[in-house]
Amino acid sequence: MEEWDPNTKSALTKIPLLATRAGPRDGAAWTQRLKEEYRALIAYTSMNKSNDNDWFRISADNPEGTRWTGSCWYVHNLRRYEFRLQFDIPVTYPTTAPEIELPELDGKTHKMYRGGKICLTVHFKPLWAKNCPRFGIAHALCLGLAPWLAAEVPILVDSGMVKHKDDEVSSVES
Amino acid sequence: MDTELRSLLQDIEALKGSLPDVSYRDSMAKIEERVVKITSITKAATSRRSKVKEMSAEVVDSNPYSRLMALQRMGIVENYERIRDFSVAIVGIGGVGSVSAEMLTRCGIGRLLLYDYDTVELANMNRLFFRPEQVGMTKTDAAVQTLSEINPDVVLESYSLNITTVKGFEVFMESLRRQNPKNSVRDDARSAGVDLVLSCVDNYEARMVVNQACNELNQTWIESGVSEDAVSGHIQLLIPGETACFACAPPLVVASGVDERTLKREGVCAASLPTTMGVVAGLLVQNALKFLLKFGEVSPYLGYNSLKDYFPTMEMRPNPQCSNSACLERQKEYLLEKPVRDALAKAKNEAEASLENESPLHMENEWNISVVDDSEMETLNAPKASDELPEGLTRELPTADKHQEAAALEGTSISSNDVDLEELQRQLDALNAS
Repeated sequence: MEEWDPNTKSALTKIPLLATRAGPRDGAAWTQRLKEEYRALIAYTSMNKSNDNDWFRISADNPEGTRWTGSCWYVHNLRRYEFRLQFDIPVTYPTTAPEIELPELDGKTHKMYRGGKICLTVHFKPLWAKNCPRFGIAHALCLGLAPWLAAEVPILVDSGMVKHKDDEVSSVES
Repeated sequence: MDTELRSLLQDIEALKGSLPDVSYRDSMAKIEERVVKITSITKAATSRRSKVKEMSAEVVDSNPYSRLMALQRMGIVENYERIRDFSVAIVGIGGVGSVSAEMLTRCGIGRLLLYDYDTVELANMNRLFFRPEQVGMTKTDAAVQTLSEINPDVVLESYSLNITTVKGFEVFMESLRRQNPKNSVRDDARSAGVDLVLSCVDNYEARMVVNQACNELNQTWIESGVSEDAVSGHIQLLIPGETACFACAPPLVVASGVDERTLKREGVCAASLPTTMGVVAGLLVQNALKFLLKFGEVSPYLGYNSLKDYFPTMEMRPNPQCSNSACLERQKEYLLEKPVRDALAKAKNEAEASLENESPLHMENEWNISVVDDSEMETLNAPKASDELPEGLTRELPTADKHQEAAALEGTSISSNDVDLEELQRQLDALNAS
């Protein structure tokens, strides 16, 4: 963990760990796991808000809690870039991590698999596997998505692949 | 096309009759001849062979199975025609899966179930099987199109879905359970309707899903893979309970704790070669045929290192601490069946022994040399406690996995038995709204 920046590290240690090893096919145990997921997400979101570092919205899309949608944003050169965020809980969860998708960026960067799944192989998946079942959705966002945005959004903006929404509107009008 | 050509011929005929000048007759006849030729070519291109009711061993050019049935004559396979009773599921119709599907189709397999959620792209053209004009089609539909042309005898089922989602997994399981409509009565009471699953996927998540399904269904499968740098690959036979399942041994980066940056290079775009993929598909289907038709030795693991042309083999026993509960159940069942297995093996050995000449091979045995069974040697050398390791070997993973989890529980982890799910949802929604 020595390669992580101190902010990520301190945030991570404050996200409550989960305890139940259960996936979406495990009935009551999954409900228990889902409660733990909510607890961790609530703790992480309120921590971000109090540190003035709010950067995502996420909520379950179905009552079973197997599909999650929301948005995430990243501030680069004092401008906010926001993207749609979605993922499914895989049947083999929590042994395998959720594959986080940013569909609007599909095809714009090679650090991505088909369908806009961000590449987590190097920086995140080994960590997830080592900490199974203690890591949950909140940890995946903190350790998987946040570093990806920090690494990729500046490159995407500077190379012109991603335009700020204000610029897009003005270019259409002109 | 056909009718157009026919009317063209009629036009020429009419023209020929009405032509006053005889000198044009020759060139008219030539044109006529060409049209007839084109007609026969287009006919040959569109005609498909009809289905074959029984595989014949007759050696004629028109028999698609003569060279396969010759395997019986050569004494390799006892009953080749049994291949028509088998159903094989192929998960992942990419560089390895599509070629494997074509091989099995040409071998006359009874039924193929194909799974993939992707579409054909131009970037796939460095590999075999798919053609540029199929770009944009789903891989399963494109495969069915080609395969049904090659061999109309094969029953093809196409499933364009993602097996890692909850919904996709349900369909996947359901399709594996469904019995082959062609052979309604099966000799064994297995829960699965396929005889073998071939995993040709390109990622860890999907492999774990195939592993989960096959452990639950007690279904034998063969895993295959080609490395990201396209120069090595492997196949691995997984028999639930008997050999290691895919979750029994965690990937190297997890087990050894080495820095993953030293193992993986930056970037997502993996390299691929039609050669390596073709070799791995060949190894995979060869092993599948040996397993199904019961000839030769089925490899439990076979690696392929193309840079050194090195083919390592090994065997992996299941992990008694495997994190997959279905795997542990299969292991328990396998242990319970041990007496039956031993009795069968003993009966077989005795039958073989009685066939052999009963008189001693050598009349004199001055040095008291005797032949010892391999398994006897193993028990002689085996350490007393099963947990003991030979000198110089250490265990990479801690054994007290459960203990650690309990310790983490007491720390910062969550005890949320008291609050109900709706309340937690409301709390998160409130946070999201503010």
